[in-house]
Amino acid sequence: MKRFSSGIVALLILIACFVVVEVLILTGVINPYVQTILSYAGIVVISALGLNLIYGYTGQFSLGHAAFYGIGAYVSALITRAIPNIGFLVLPLGLIGGALSAGVIAFLIGLPILRLKSDYLGIATLGFGMIMNVLFKNSDKVIPVMGGAAGMRGIVKLTTFPWVFFLVVIACIVLRNLIFSGVGRALLSIREDELAAEAVGINTTRYKTLGFVIGCMFAGVAGGLYAHLYTYLNPDNFDFLKSIDVLLIVVIGGMGSISGTVLAGFGWAILLEGLRVVLPSAVQEWRMVVYPLLLIIFMLVRPYGAMGGTEFGFLKPTEYRRG
Amino acid sequence: MTYFLQQLINGLQLGFVYALIALGYTMVYGIVRLINFAHGDVFMVGAYLGFFALTSWHLSFPIAILLAMVGCALLGMFIERVAYKPLRNAARISALITAIGVSLFLEYFTSLKFVFGPYFRAYPRPFAIKTYELGGVTISNIQIIVFGVAILLMLALTLFVNYTKTGLAMRAVSFDHSTARLMGINVDNIISLTFGIGAALAGAGGVLYGIAYPQIHPFMGIMPGLKAFVAAVLGGIGIIPGAMLGAVIMGVVEKLTEVYISSTLRDAAAFGILIIVLLVRPAGLLGKKEGEKV
Repeated sequence: MKRFSSGIVALLILIACFVVVEVLILTGVINPYVQTILSYAGIVVISALGLNLIYGYTGQFSLGHAAFYGIGAYVSALITRAIPNIGFLVLPLGLIGGALSAGVIAFLIGLPILRLKSDYLGIATLGFGMIMNVLFKNSDKVIPVMGGAAGMRGIVKLTTFPWVFFLVVIACIVLRNLIFSGVGRALLSIREDELAAEAVGINTTRYKTLGFVIGCMFAGVAGGLYAHLYTYLNPDNFDFLKSIDVLLIVVIGGMGSISGTVLAGFGWAILLEGLRVVLPSAVQEWRMVVYPLLLIIFMLVRPYGAMGGTEFGFLKPTEYRRG
Repeated sequence: MTYFLQQLINGLQLGFVYALIALGYTMVYGIVRLINFAHGDVFMVGAYLGFFALTSWHLSFPIAILLAMVGCALLGMFIERVAYKPLRNAARISALITAIGVSLFLEYFTSLKFVFGPYFRAYPRPFAIKTYELGGVTISNIQIIVFGVAILLMLALTLFVNYTKTGLAMRAVSFDHSTARLMGINVDNIISLTFGIGAALAGAGGVLYGIAYPQIHPFMGIMPGLKAFVAAVLGGIGIIPGAMLGAVIMGVVEKLTEVYISSTLRDAAAFGILIIVLLVRPAGLLGKKEGEKV
């Protein structure tokens, strides 16, 4: 009974949030600019949830997340360009294509490099991200439509706030159910001690690859949404610094916490844009000076992130809840 | 053949600058296991200090390098004290995030108009360029200075680490913090000193980079910083000769790819080599394989 009611409450809160935002959009209180920021925040959250699965839950240090985000973005943009307009289904098809391509490439690259440990894995994924960035910059030599360093233009605008909202919810549910399943326990045991996990019979290679592939598919979906939100892709949007942004969100939110990632993702997007609004235009350039200072202070005060591995109650199955 | 040798020398020039930055990465990583992302930006500050020493204050070239080294050493130790020391016992990722914060802060703070300004600046050449011919290969006095200063500093560092008492203490701390403390070593001071020395080398690297590739701006540290770090990993992180070897390989590969294949693929080649080396030798070229503790 308790479990049932808590799920219903969570659902009602979600619906209420959605209705409030939609009403605000329809009445014009939230202008298209703010709407784009909200959508972008949701996209960042989806991507960060993927990295949290890879790093926060499985303990695989990845600095190349933006590469998969980019793969998803480019592939889904190419798909929606290639297929005829069949209405409602165009965006899902693009996103599925983006997620699958990110997943396949994650599998291929993951097989060899996931053997590496901690920082070395980070460096190898960083290298992979750099290589993908160079490939995006030279993409026009193979597929002229992709535009290379000049960027890809003319992508149809399909991403709307309801789509992003819906997919953030789906991503949270998928991640939550995965984490609290047998697979999730295997992933957590690998994070805690890989050797011990191996010793109790967990096929660590298989689970590490699985976690990595699913996490990268999240990034692929996020990339597809991004492409169809801004209708323009530039290789610079998928460089090393973008991987760092996602890493910041995961760590600030608290590693291994879905609620933390969601909070930090929205907080991060709103803070960066908020500083743009709050600071007077004369000191606009101070925005990017204040932001890292806040980041350093936050880390010194809360080294384990906002949520530090804990969750809001409704994200946990009954047996994990207190009382 | 002479063309190849010529490009090899150009690659070595780049490699030696990377080596000076890579040494700082490798020493810091060796001692506190931290990827100091702000190191590339310390290198940038060094280049600017040299720039102001040469243009605004009209100092001679050796003094400019010395000034950049001292300034960067102070900056490096300050960063360590403020941003990393409080997190020494926290999860390593927290320190990494503050390092990224420091890096972003240095980049954007120095691009403010009253600091260094957001624009590119042309680096002054402290002396006229002369070129010398050696069997068909030309070598400029700038290149000789880059090689000379870099080799001198690396030699000094090697001697310092291997033959002085402080160097011995540094090696002890990198091996085991608590045992070193039991032996009466002031671990905090040694860590501070390591950051200082690493930053000083990066500062010298910044000035050399400035005179060799004469254009500087506040974001110039990102790419050389990353490449130098990758070079340190390539050679085996925590190992001083490894950093030099990795950096030289990195510089040469980058230059040869640029000349013989395509300048746009230059970064891909450097990082591709890294991935291949890591797959074959996960601890780097000179690194020892650590056995798994059960």
